[in-house]
Amino acid sequence: MSNNPLPELVCPAGSLPALKAAVDNGADTVYLGFKNDTNARNFAGLNFDEKTMAEGLHYAQSRGKEVLLALNTYAQPGRVQAWREAVDVAAGLGVDALILADVGLLAYAREKYPDLNLHLSVQGSATNYEAVNFCHKEFGIRRAVLPRVLTLAQVEHVIKNTPVEIEVFGFGSLCVMNEGRCWLSSYACGESPNTVGACSPAKYVRWEKNPGRMDARLNGILIDSYGDQENAGYPTLCKGRFEVQGETYYALEEPTSLNVLSVLPEIVKIGVRAIKVEGRQRSPAYVTQVTRTLRAALDSLKDGNDRYSVKPSWQAELTKVSEGHQATLGAYNRPWR
Amino acid sequence: MSHFTIPTFKLPEFVAKIGAHLPQWPHALALVSGLNTAAKLKLLPEDSLQSLAGKTFLVAVNDTGGEARFTYANGWFRPVFGAAGEPDLTFRADLSAYLQLVSRQEDPDTLFFNRQLSIEGDTELGLVVKNMLDAIEWPPSVGRIPGLERLSALVATLPGRSHHA
Ligand code: SF4
Repeated sequence: MSNNPLPELVCPAGSLPALKAAVDNGADTVYLGFKNDTNARNFAGLNFDEKTMAEGLHYAQSRGKEVLLALNTYAQPGRVQAWREAVDVAAGLGVDALILADVGLLAYAREKYPDLNLHLSVQGSATNYEAVNFCHKEFGIRRAVLPRVLTLAQVEHVIKNTPVEIEVFGFGSLCVMNEGRCWLSSYACGESPNTVGACSPAKYVRWEKNPGRMDARLNGILIDSYGDQENAGYPTLCKGRFEVQGETYYALEEPTSLNVLSVLPEIVKIGVRAIKVEGRQRSPAYVTQVTRTLRAALDSLKDGNDRYSVKPSWQAELTKVSEGHQATLGAYNRPWR
Repeated sequence: MSHFTIPTFKLPEFVAKIGAHLPQWPHALALVSGLNTAAKLKLLPEDSLQSLAGKTFLVAVNDTGGEARFTYANGWFRPVFGAAGEPDLTFRADLSAYLQLVSRQEDPDTLFFNRQLSIEGDTELGLVVKNMLDAIEWPPSVGRIPGLERLSALVATLPGRSHHA
């Protein structure tokens, strides 16, 4: 039995109704972004302007919840000021922490706002405690989000060797993202999460209905062809089916979602401080379903994890909203390193 | 929490066969008045509306055979009558999927992954529409109503709505 406190449940909000859904259904913390390329979910019509953000902050904070602002893309040459201004606006609005990846921005935020909490984004690619501790020493980060490439034992190793709080992904579309440095999307269309804040931007995506199948194309490149009864995924290169040495299959990653329900007790036991739900691009309905499911699972661990078991209804709810309708433990239980 | 759950259902095929022979404008009118009301109540963000300007949309209900074609121009959604070329964006789904969407019971990505909703044409435009609908803060009187009734209830919130022809 461990005496670790339950990890914070950190939920996504791409809109005000999604933020309210997260808060109302048991999130401890919500994270969000501005309507521009300073964050990695820069999708048409998504995210917050200053006015809706102020409203969202009030809604969450007046109910005792924290709000984190993702400023997790890299400042682009010649436009650094735009990212700095985003830091200034967020600090002015009173967010509880900034989620940053760019070391230049980390330095800027730390210098200008010594009291502001800084979190190292998953895009910051810190996979070992040396990297995390470096950011602690240089920028005084409070928390680091680990990329989805570590086993649970590796996560534990990081936690044991750092004073920084550790956050891991608990649910959502799997993006292995080469530890935050994935350029596959740029290969297909010249734009990637770290440059424009979106992987495989919608303007390059076409869904073509053909008799008996639906083709997904990214800037003309055929990513996958789904039979009428087959579940679909996001049209990213990493989840495409390709012909490799005469065989056509998911050569990089299957369309699937990460789901840690089955290892939740271990995650608590090793001292993970926060569990993140992916999906700022998803609707309030998704936020409601995932938040309340993980809340119930976490709450069932309140009195220790001896009797923890994954309820079929939780699993069903999460599988339903999963990409490709399937779930995986990803790297957490990978036997090889 | 929701007191009413819309099940996933599919109407029998003959409904679609009959539906396809009925005039399509009533659906288009209902949808368009709902959207105009939402726009007028400023529930739809201005920047998203701007990217809809001059585009044509087709919402097809597979199991009823119903179709609504409309466009957005000069600040108004209007039905488009007669088969007018390829729409910029087409949504296709069964009635139950649409009802689950409008009532925020299911997320469009979920329906899309499960192949219950299809999107053809300008995908980015589709994303704008989806995110615009997601961001609507339904007035409290309308927020708890399931399905299509939400659109009509919304229309009813505008007293003495005048028709702009
Ligand atoms: S291509 Fe795949 S792994 Fe790379 S950023 Fe996009 S979703 Fe992530």
